[in-house]
Amino acid sequence: MTMIEALRSAMDVMLARDERVVIFGEDVGYFGGVFRCTQGLQKKYGEERVFDTPINESAIAGMAIGMAAQGMRPCAEIQFADYMYPAYDQITQEAARIRHRSNGDFTCPLTIRMPTGGGIYGGQTHSQSPEALFTHVAGLKVVQPSTPYDAKGLLIASIEDPDPVIFLEPKRLYNGPFDGDHTATSQGWAQHPAGDVPEEYYRIDLGKASVRREGAALTILAYGTMVFVAERAVRDTGVDAEIIDLRTLLPLDLETIRASVEKTGRCLVLHEATRTSGFGGELIAEVQEACFWHLEAPIVRVTGWDAPYPHAQEWDYFPGPKRAARGIARVMEA
Amino acid sequence: MAARKTTAKKPNVSGDELKQYYRDMLLIRRFEEKAGQLYGMGLIGGFCHLYIGQEAVVVGLEATAKENDKRITTYRDHGHMLACGMDPKGVMAELTGRQDGYSKGKGGSMHMFSKEKHFYGGHGIVGANVPLGAGLAFADKYRGNDNVTYTYFGDGAANQGQVYETFNMAALWQLPVVFVIENNQYAMGTSQERSTSTQDIYKRGEAFGIPGEMVDGMNVLSVKEAGEKAVAHCRAGKGPYILEIKTYRYRGHSMSDPAKYRTREEVQKMREERDPIEQARDMLLTGKHASEEDLKAIDKEIKEIVNASAEFAKDSPEPALDELWTDIYAKEVPQGEAV
Ligand SMILES: Cc1ncc(C[n+]2csc(CCOP(=O)(O)OP(=O)(O)O)c2C)c(N)n1
Ligand SMILES: [Mg+2]
Repeated sequence: MTMIEALRSAMDVMLARDERVVIFGEDVGYFGGVFRCTQGLQKKYGEERVFDTPINESAIAGMAIGMAAQGMRPCAEIQFADYMYPAYDQITQEAARIRHRSNGDFTCPLTIRMPTGGGIYGGQTHSQSPEALFTHVAGLKVVQPSTPYDAKGLLIASIEDPDPVIFLEPKRLYNGPFDGDHTATSQGWAQHPAGDVPEEYYRIDLGKASVRREGAALTILAYGTMVFVAERAVRDTGVDAEIIDLRTLLPLDLETIRASVEKTGRCLVLHEATRTSGFGGELIAEVQEACFWHLEAPIVRVTGWDAPYPHAQEWDYFPGPKRAARGIARVMEA
Repeated sequence: MAARKTTAKKPNVSGDELKQYYRDMLLIRRFEEKAGQLYGMGLIGGFCHLYIGQEAVVVGLEATAKENDKRITTYRDHGHMLACGMDPKGVMAELTGRQDGYSKGKGGSMHMFSKEKHFYGGHGIVGANVPLGAGLAFADKYRGNDNVTYTYFGDGAANQGQVYETFNMAALWQLPVVFVIENNQYAMGTSQERSTSTQDIYKRGEAFGIPGEMVDGMNVLSVKEAGEKAVAHCRAGKGPYILEIKTYRYRGHSMSDPAKYRTREEVQKMREERDPIEQARDMLLTGKHASEEDLKAIDKEIKEIVNASAEFAKDSPEPALDELWTDIYAKEVPQGEAV
């Protein structure tokens, strides 16, 4: 399956299993979603359960919260993460806190899916990576898969989760893995082992990272598209790195990270989002607090530049394998 | 071929004016067709929303503007830029992401601006430009002049909450803003009926005390006539006005949309019976304001302009790497040393 098909399969499975689940968003019903993630679901489950909304991000999030407080399991789509800002107020001030301020009387078991990240020539309003805006908010969970297999299992776990989950889908990976080399012919998921996705129900628990490559020389922390960039940079440099795909940013799997960094003594952090106050800053702080006495070199991060995502210069902006390789060299030389 | 339905209207403009509108609409059409071709050739990347079919809206309204009026619109903005006199070369070069584009390649199709032409941008976020438009109008009112701001948005955008916050403030403060709802009946893959509780969007203004009307957006003269009324209202200090202009986009929402949510016949019928450029052409010929030769000469002129813009956009260099960091702040802010 592609990641799109895997996500659709997850929603399909959950619609069939749990009548509390509803799916909605802009162009999600009749049209099947701009990325086709919900294609066919309205036909199969009817307009009561899979439906279109107007272009109303704020009310999409807000209504999902109301439904969730009533015990439904809404799974809403924000068409691009870049459009979520009108919904941010609802997500941070209502979704994240309703459990706490109602002493647990009311809860918010909702999932909001949003395509994230660059590499698609989307420019400043279609390429952003706003994960740190969500990880900064107590009460939210934040997930970002990097493969179809993980996407399905994590989306099912997110829909079943008793708390609000922001589910970020790296859109550059929807149709195939991408290692940052835009000149290479694109690969589909069919050739990748993680494109092998069962039709039936399975879940991948939130808060569990995945070690994508074992290694002894350094630990690379990445998520989404940057996992493939990391793999490529490791191939290019020949350095024996351990690559950890975080999969869930919040709650963070510090155990896996710590075990790895204690073993390697070095750490590189990769993300597409801008650098200042990016999630990488948080990761670095956690790693140095937990592993300071094991570190042999300063932790380095390779990230998007502190600039709006440009229309031209996609590959100057996107932190590709060359920059990741420079990051590896920097960590290894110290 | 079905008969063309002209909204029976005697031109209340001179032959020369009508010819000008014809020319301006044709420029937009041919420019957009060329942009579509360049996109197909991979010279334009990313998101690119064509205005084909909607030309009469912006051309009819620009005919009512005076020096120093402002305009602001959405991501479907190429037509607006050409109609307010921006250089097709600079627009095309922005589409191809080059140094000589209006935003030096940093904005792309959806994000271009011109201080000289008082064009406050294409905006990629649906609904976001609407309060900005009222703010532009506020500044003119504050300064005590009679300039008007044309604030364009779509039928889909008309459901965004900030539109209604803006309606209220614009009415409360009697701001000289014409809200132009370009109702092409679809928001991406979602038709108006599937997203909107009541179909006459302009009537929502009543709740705020804003007058408005529905306009035939396939006829440039109807648009101009309604525009004149709206603009006169604003200039006289009577506050905002809503024009809901019924129009149609012939192409998909963007270049990557095959538009499978509507029938071929629906599109074909519009093109054959209502096309704004063909309507203007009919009026020019039947009114004897222009001969076939005159129109051929216009066609030729437009073709040359558009071809020149495409050549320019191909030849212009890519922006220098440094451009990534320019114009983020007034004065560059030091950043950490990044790898
Ligand atoms: C806040 C926000 N939500 C969603 C989108 C995605 N989007 C871009 S255009 C569009 C449809 C807008 O339709 P309409 O306002 O009718 O304008 P049209 O495209 O028809 O000109 C959507 C949903 C966006 N750009 N911004
Ligand atoms: Mg529309």
